[in-house]
Formats: sequence, C-alpha cells, structure tokens
Amino acid sequence: MAESLPTEFDVVIIGTGLPESILAAACSRTGQRVLHIDSRSYYGGNWASFSFSGLLSWVKEYQQDSDIEEESTVSRQGLIPETEEAIALRKKDETIQHIEVFCYASQDQDTEDNVEEIGALQRNPSSVASTTITELDSACLPEERQSYFTDYEMPANHTQKSDKEISLGITDVEESLEKEKDCGDNTCIHTILGGHKDEDKHTVEDNTGQAKKNRITFSHIVKEGRRFNIDLVSKLLYSQGLLIDLLIKSNVSRYAEFKNVTRILAFREGKVEQVPCSRADVFNSKELTMVEKRMLMKFLTFCLDYEQHPDEYQGFRQCSFSEYLKTKKLTPNLQHFILHSIAMTESSCTIIDGLKATKKFLQCLGRFGNTPFLFPVYGQGEIPQCFCRMCAVFGGIYCLRHKIQCFVVDKESGRCKAIIDHFGQRINAKYFIVEDSYLSEETCSNVHYKQISRAVLITDQSVLKADSDQQISILLVPPAEPGACAVRVTELCSSTMTCMKDTYLVHLTCSSSKTAREDLESVVNKLFTPYAETETNKEEPTKPRLLWALYFNMRDSSGISRSSYNGLPSNVYVCSGPDGGLGNEHAVKQAETLFQEIFPSEEFCPPPPNPEDIIFDGDDKQPEVPGTNNIIMATIDSSEESKNLESPEKHLPH
Amino acid sequence: MHGRLKVKTSEEQAEAKRLEREQKLKLYQSATQAIFQKRQAGELDESVLELTSQILGANPDFATLWNCRREVLQQLEAQKSPEELAALVKAELGFLESCLRVNPKSYGTWHHRCWLLGRLPEPNWVRELELCARFLEVDERNFHCWDYRRFVAAQAAVPPAEELAFTDSLITRNFSNYSSWHYRSCLLPKLHPHPDSGPQGRLPEDVLLKELELVQNAFFTDPNDQSAWFYHRWLLGRADPQDALRCLHVSRDEACVTVSFSQPLLVDSRTEILLLMVDESPLIVEWRTPDGRNRPSHVWLCDLPAASLNDQLPQHTFRVIWTAGDAQKECVLFKGHQEGWCRDSTTDEQLFRCELSVEKSTVLQSELESCKELQELEPENKWCLLTIILLMRALDPLLYEKETLQYFQTLKAVDPMRAAYLDDLRSKFLLENSVLRMEYAEVRVLHLAHKDLTALYHVEQLLLVTHLDLSHNRLRALPPALAALRCLEVLQASDNAIESLNGVTNLPRLQELQLCNNHLQQPAVLQPLASCPRLALVNLQGNPLCQAVDILEHLAELLPSVDSILT
Repeated sequence: MAESLPTEFDVVIIGTGLPESILAAACSRTGQRVLHIDSRSYYGGNWASFSFSGLLSWVKEYQQDSDIEEESTVSRQGLIPETEEAIALRKKDETIQHIEVFCYASQDQDTEDNVEEIGALQRNPSSVASTTITELDSACLPEERQSYFTDYEMPANHTQKSDKEISLGITDVEESLEKEKDCGDNTCIHTILGGHKDEDKHTVEDNTGQAKKNRITFSHIVKEGRRFNIDLVSKLLYSQGLLIDLLIKSNVSRYAEFKNVTRILAFREGKVEQVPCSRADVFNSKELTMVEKRMLMKFLTFCLDYEQHPDEYQGFRQCSFSEYLKTKKLTPNLQHFILHSIAMTESSCTIIDGLKATKKFLQCLGRFGNTPFLFPVYGQGEIPQCFCRMCAVFGGIYCLRHKIQCFVVDKESGRCKAIIDHFGQRINAKYFIVEDSYLSEETCSNVHYKQISRAVLITDQSVLKADSDQQISILLVPPAEPGACAVRVTELCSSTMTCMKDTYLVHLTCSSSKTAREDLESVVNKLFTPYAETETNKEEPTKPRLLWALYFNMRDSSGISRSSYNGLPSNVYVCSGPDGGLGNEHAVKQAETLFQEIFPSEEFCPPPPNPEDIIFDGDDKQPEVPGTNNIIMATIDSSEESKNLESPEKHLPH
Repeated sequence: MHGRLKVKTSEEQAEAKRLEREQKLKLYQSATQAIFQKRQAGELDESVLELTSQILGANPDFATLWNCRREVLQQLEAQKSPEELAALVKAELGFLESCLRVNPKSYGTWHHRCWLLGRLPEPNWVRELELCARFLEVDERNFHCWDYRRFVAAQAAVPPAEELAFTDSLITRNFSNYSSWHYRSCLLPKLHPHPDSGPQGRLPEDVLLKELELVQNAFFTDPNDQSAWFYHRWLLGRADPQDALRCLHVSRDEACVTVSFSQPLLVDSRTEILLLMVDESPLIVEWRTPDGRNRPSHVWLCDLPAASLNDQLPQHTFRVIWTAGDAQKECVLFKGHQEGWCRDSTTDEQLFRCELSVEKSTVLQSELESCKELQELEPENKWCLLTIILLMRALDPLLYEKETLQYFQTLKAVDPMRAAYLDDLRSKFLLENSVLRMEYAEVRVLHLAHKDLTALYHVEQLLLVTHLDLSHNRLRALPPALAALRCLEVLQASDNAIESLNGVTNLPRLQELQLCNNHLQQPAVLQPLASCPRLALVNLQGNPLCQAVDILEHLAELLPSVDSILT
C-alpha cells in the first residue's frame, strides 16, 4: 500500500489550511510536482467547516487524551543514512483548547440514542475521525471507503454539494414533530464536557404540554446535521480584498459561490441596530435625521480620499480616532457607527489607522452589493478546498489522513531532502512547506503564541428582525470596560448553507485574555437568552434563544517570525494557522511572500488560459502506475475541465 | 511533463482571431446584400426573417433591417393561419429578447417590440412587465426600458399605485435615477386627481409632504445628485398654465386693439380663432404681431376700421374671445378718452411666481428652512443655492429681494460656468420685482436703472408702460419683443452696451429715445427707428458712430422725421 505513493516531488506541502492550499495551487500551476498532505481526515486544518456531527466528532477528538504513542511503530532507523539526520514532527495537534459544549435545546431522552443524522451513511465504528470523511466522500467515491488508510482523493469540493442534494428528499421531519408533542415532560440537559466532570441536569416542566410548531429540539439539529457547515474560524471576504482579487485572477472563484453580507449591525445601549453604510442605506434610513445623513455622508466621502485632504486631520495627529470623530460634528450615534461598525477599530486606535480602515470598508462597498463583505456559501472551509482543487487540476496529488514522522536533513548542506511518513516511506522533494501546528515542541520552544477565543451558537432567531429572515449580519460589540477586547459577531442564515432552516448560526470571535467561555459569555448573555420551554408561552421573547453553544480557544500563530523556530533547514517554509482578523489578507500575503521566496521568477497564480487556447495532447493521458487504482491522477481532463470553464453560474456574483 | 499545460502562442492566437473576424465580416456582408436584393425584388418571405435575424442578433442597431422585418411580418399576417402566426409571434418575441440581451439600449429593438405588441390581438402584458422588471434589475437607469414600461403599463392599464410602488423599490436601491423620479411625477397626479376644477397636476398636501420628505432624504444624502433636485422643483412647481388673455388695450388715436397672452400663440385671422366684438357685434379684423412677422407671439394687434369708433357715442365696448383656449376679456372706451384697457394684475395673480407654485406658504417656508440648513453644511452646493433662491421668490419676491441677490452672488462664485445664465435669471427676477412695485404704485412708469440687467423679460407685461428707464445696465440689445410696448413715449437706455435696436420699431407713441454711451457702431443700426412716427428726440452722444464724418447729414437722411438728433 505504502509504496503506491510516488517518491519524487518538487514540493511537499504539509497541512491543508488556506495559505498552504494557495501555495499548493500556485506551485502546481507553474508545473511543479506537488504532494499535498494532511494528517487529519478533512481538508482545511483549523480553516475547516463541519457538519453538526462532524463538529461533534471534532470535539470528541480533541477531548481524547493523547495516547497515540503506538503510532511510532514503524522504525525510521534504516531509512536515514549517516550523512543525514531527522527533525521530528509533532504527533498531536495542540492548537485547540478549552472546548466547552452546552446544549439548551430539549434533549428527548427516550429517542436520543436513536437519533441519526438524515442521509448519513452507516458510520464506521472503528474510528471517530473517519465519520467526517465518510460524509464528505460518500456520494462520489463510495468504493473508496473500504481502503481506509490509503485514500488519495480529489478535493471533495462538489462532492459535498451533491451530498446536500441527496438529503433534500427527507420528509419525516413533521412526523418526528408529532412524536415530540406526545412526550409530556421535556428535559433540558445542560452538559459541560471538556474535562469538567460534573454533569448537572435540571428538568423544566412544560406546563401546557403543548409544544410550539417551530420548536427545535436537539434531535432536530442532529437529524438535520448535514444542513450545517460550521466554520472553525469565522471570517468574511472583503470585496476588494486580496483573497477576492486572487480568486478572480486565478479563476479559482469558479469553484465557489458567494453571498453578500446583507447588514452591518451595531450594538449600542443594549440595543442592536442596523448601520447605514452605503449611499442607499443612508437614503433609506428612518433613524437618521436629515442633518445626520449629510454629516455621515460628508465624513465618509472625505474618508474615501482622506490622503488628498491632509489639512483635515494633520492637526489631530496626537488624537485617537475616537477623539477625532468628536471634532467632526458627528452625533454620538454616528460616532459609534463609524468607530465600531465601519472602521471596526478599538477606541484607542490612531487617527490614521481609523481613516485607513474606514477607507478600506468604503472602497469595498458596491462592488458586489450594499455591504463590503462576501461570505462563501457552504462555509469558509470551501475556500482552501477550492485552491486544492485548482492544484489537483494542474497535477497535484492529495493525501489526507497521512501522518509525517520527520524531515530528513542532509548534514553537510543543511538542506531538507525528504520526509518520512507514518509507513516509513521516504518521499524526496526540493521544497517543503509546513503548517506550524506540525512542528515539534522542540522546534517551537522559543515561540509564544496568542490565542483566539471562539464561540459557535445555534439560535432560533436573528439578533435583529427584519422583513426577510435570510440575512447575513456582522456586528461588533465594543468592550464593556476599556482595555478589553471587542467581540466580532457574525450571524449566518440558512440560505448560506451553513445551518438548518429556522435556525441561525452565530460565530463570536475575539482575541483571548482568558478561556473562550470566560471571554465571550458576557456578550452571549447580552444578545441571547438560553432556550427554555416555559418562556414561549408567557410573552414574545425579545432576544433570540440559544439552542446549542460551543466555546473553544484556537492558537493564533500569525505573528510568529520564521527566525523564532529552532533549527529548521532553509528549504522548509512555515505557514501559520488562522489569525483573528476579519479578512483573509494575512493568509494570502503569507502565501504570496513564500511563493516569491521559493520561485522568485514565477508569476503567482496567473489567470488560466482560455479554453480555446489549450492544446490537448492525447498522449498526455498516460496510464497510471500499475496497482494504484486508488490514486486519482488529476490530469487536465478535457471534458470535465472545459465544462467548468464554461459554466457561468459558478462565477462570482456581479 | 505530465500535467503541464500547453497553450497557444500569442501569434497563433492573433492569427486565429484575425481569421475568425474575416469570416464574420464575410458572412455579415453577404447576408446584408442578400436581404437588400430580396427586398428590392419584393420577396418578403420567411427567408428574410432568417437572414435579418442573423445580422440583428449580432448588431441590433441596424434600423433598416428592423423595417424589413416589419414589412415581412405585415405580409405574412395576411398569408398565414392564426396558429402559424402565433408561432411566428412567439419566435419574434424570443428573438427580440435575445437582441435586447446583446444591447439593452437599442432603440430599434425596443421600438420593434412596441410595434409587435401593439399589433397582437391578445398581448401578454404581464410577461412584458416582468421583462421590464428584469432589465431594470440589471440596469435601473435604462431609460429605453423605462419608456417601454410606461407603454406597457398604459396599455395594460396597470394601476398607478402598483407602478408607484415599483418606482419606490428602484429609488430605494439607487436614488440617482431620473427615470424613476420622472415616472413618479407622471403617476402621482393620476393617483391623486385634484378635486373640482383646481389647478391640474398638483398634489394634495399630505402626499406632497411625503414626497418632499423622500426627496429631501436624497439631497441630504447626496446634494450633488441632480435627479433629486429636479424632482424637488417639479414637486414645488405649478402645472402648465392654461392659455389666458392677460391684457386688452384699445387706442382711439391709433385706431388699434392690442391683446397680450400668457404665452406665445399663433393667431390666424382666417380661422377666427381670436374674435373681436365691438359693442357686441363681431368685427372682422386682420391680426398681426408688433414686429410684423406674424410668428407665435405674446402680443397681437389689429387696426380698427374708422367706422367702428364714433366720438359721439358715450362709450364703446370691446370684447376679445380666444376660442381655442376658452378665454376672453372686455374693456370700455369712454367718450373723450384716448384709450381704454383691462388687464390681469401681476400682484393679484402672482404671475411671476410661476417657477414655484402657490402652495401653502407653510410648506414652502419649511422647505426653505431645510434648504438653508443644508446650505450651512454645504455652502458650495449650487443646487441648494438655486433652490433657496427659487423658494424665496415663491414666498415673497420683494421681501427677500436683498437676500436673493446675495445668494446670487454666492451662486455665481461657486458655479462660474453658468455665470451668464445666472445673470439673466437675476435680471428676470429684478425685472419682475420692478413690475410689481410699479403696479403697487399704480403708475405707468418703470424704473430699471442701475440694476446690472443683462436681458429683458416679461416685455408683454409692459403693454401699458409709457416711460421706461433702462439706463446704467449691461444690455447689449433692445430686442424685438420691445416692439410690444404700444404706449411707450420715453425710452431711456443710456450707459449700456447696446449694439442693436431691432426692438425700437413701430412704436406708435415713442417720442424720446436716450442712447448715450452705448456701443452703436454704424448709422445703419438706427434704421428701425424710422418706423416710429412720433419720434422727435434721439440722443446718441458717446457712441462710436458719432465719430464718423458727415454723421449728422447721414442721420438726417436716415431719420427725416426726427427733429433733433444729438451726437
């Protein structure tokens, strides 16, 4: 089995996060032989998106204690001659901490065990990790499920989508609703996982014995679990940002679909309001007075080309941006909007940074819609996969669930020669790109990481009701006390294909000072109320109700410089995991910088040629190496590729 | 290498492109030729439809080919069965839509669609409205499509309220949309017809206030967007005035009747469109304009036969009836009086407030206040400044005169490109104010000296003026309209920049003309003066023409009846 993988490559890339995937596409595009490996069973690393059950598996995986020592069964002794030495890689990912799960939706005890995800194939009982990948691949590549350890598959990009179509035909939802009605007493189980041993249950009496029709229980969520695509990292794309430019330039955009964020929200004096940010918004706003409209438009117009008017702000260089706003005759309302919702900065940020951020926001307006942001349909996790797909189309080879033991370094030249995988196979290459979570403790002993606090909530209503319930909103909640961090809230509706009907998926992000729950719980409590059966009958709840919540901390390695790692060979390049920022600029910049370092004379992700300019050579389709039917060699398949080039609906919205 | 992409070189690409274009051109030309041959030969059959569709599909702006298609379709209408025709029409509609996708702003294509729909026995208007909505979704300012939508809505009798809601939705998306605002101005009067016989085209106050709020939102958001300001002016404007007779004047000496209208009209004597009744019996007269050109004019006059004026009778009653516009006026000429008249007073009728309406002044006042508020924030916005001026005039032209002049000053500074237009507008307003003052004083003397006037307006309102002072202004001509001043005796126009005197002609009572310090170059420009029978004094001092040798002899020859000419 192990011999099936070719042993000679130009570039080996370890980790399928966004920067690694962009690099993979860029290298493959220039004709390099690329091997792209991930030890996990899914694409994207910490950039991945999961279905509900996939996320639960992910949670479980991190909660299992690390006792995978038996992994190192294969000896690498014989593979390394005396002239070479090994640099070991980390065996267990340690980027996620403090996972806590809360379930507020009623869990029906009788049926709980029977609850199955609709459309899910029989789970492979032998491995938790395999469940996720089963879902991803089942529709397209069912025959591959048996060969668990040696799947080399194409990025599962559209596989996932066809999966969703499969689950559309399910009709027994109402039936189960009926069943729910009959159960008199509903229990709300509050379970704290993640190390806390105490498990407290409290029962809430359902006085009326009559459940509302739109009541969503935990079993609903599990049943409809495939409707969810829950991002580990919550980001949006700036419509004029680096990632959009790269997607368009490289034509990778054809593999993805996007939706415009529909609303920018603000949280002020305990109330959520919509921020008018475009010209049309200001015109239509009922909240602003005429004069406020003019002052806001005037200030925003100035910000668009503030560099041309240095006299307007030169005298305030010493002030913070918030102090500067006070001098602009803007009402407190408008100051809040600009500072927190448009510039999205902290009160203390400098005037130039504030103006720059405002300008960036404004420049992004109107390109694809009335807000500056796009969200990828099916979740942020699609984006790395799109780049992987591009890499595969140009000949890159993919290999998930493939662990790497070590780098092999030539003692004399100090250059990395090869990697050795968990089967003990040696794979040679010229360049090695690795995501930093794979680097061993020894390599990283001098590195100090920041942390990101994350929360994922499933709720039953939007934080701000509107005519349409299909809204994608972003909200920045300023810190309660000065010095603390602002919390970014993104609320996704079901049409983004990230959550089931009648629910909203809410992501909270901030840079950590304590555990994720400690950092974010106060904001969650401000915006939401825990789901409880009795409340529904008393009065219309003003706040959306929490059905389910997950908290975790993710390591932010974005600021780490290459020089802080010990003893890495010069031809090993390090990519960082996701940063806490809203956009994807850091990942794109990092990928481009590393690519220019490795291939200074090559263009970074050039536009693909026109289909009519491609010369198809029949001889190119060489027979594959015998005995490797599991390897899908991605050649430019003429029929498939030209279909993609012509299909217009996959392009970015105009 | 495996997986490496092979791509054509740029030369290969260019060559392939060139060949492709050559091929296209050949096809285009041969198809065009074939169509014209068939048309000439009268072979208007389906093959022509096929050929024209090949070309129009690529270039929908070939108008002749659309004509060709219409000829063919008309021909086929007579020949085909109803089923075949239905299929033909369906194909044609589909083809038109594909052409619109090539060019959504093609005049020919939209016109052809109008034509086709107009001929159908049972057109599907719902589908047409959807088509419009789709094209406006792509480009909300496509005026071709707006035009077509108005046609469809009218044909399908879509309730104005629905169409108004449609304009709402597009203005919400982007308010820089003339077409959408304009459509509102057509729909609102239909939706809120004025009760009884009040001024047509005006809106009830509650609707008006709502619209004003909407449009204010637009110009406070973006004061540089013109579309909102134009709509604002329409909202405050008044409906088109009806034809009205403003003044009737009878002169015994000149045996002449003069009428002035609210707008330039053409009076044709033969059609008896303007009837003259003298003592209640019709009199056949020959109407003419003061300048004798008989083109549409504010002022028309006629000579009375000697028999119609009798000194012995105590009075004569004159009545003119404008049959085309249902208007009339009557005046009495008493025994011993030289003249008689009847006219609308500018002060009563507020004739000069025509820019903006006679809406309740509270509405105008609050509009003025919000515009002033905006002007404070945007001191250099020309639209705001102009609107302030117009509002002030509508409210009280005399009260706000000084302030208005200051705003003019500012406006000229921020909008130097339109300085000449603004000067003329300012002249007009000043002239209106002077006329108002004159009428309040109940005199026939009009002082317009030292007002920086650059043009003359409302001359038709000055029919009864006997003394006119235009000294110390910036006038460059005394225009032909001046010939309407039938009662003018003294005209002072010294210290201007006058080069021509075309208007000083056929003035029956003009005696004195002051023209010192102007730009009169040649004696020939004085030619029109010869037609003024009573002219006795002309002062030409300080004009270039005075430098010419033998000027006095020359002038005496030109104006033999003028007693004294000062040079």
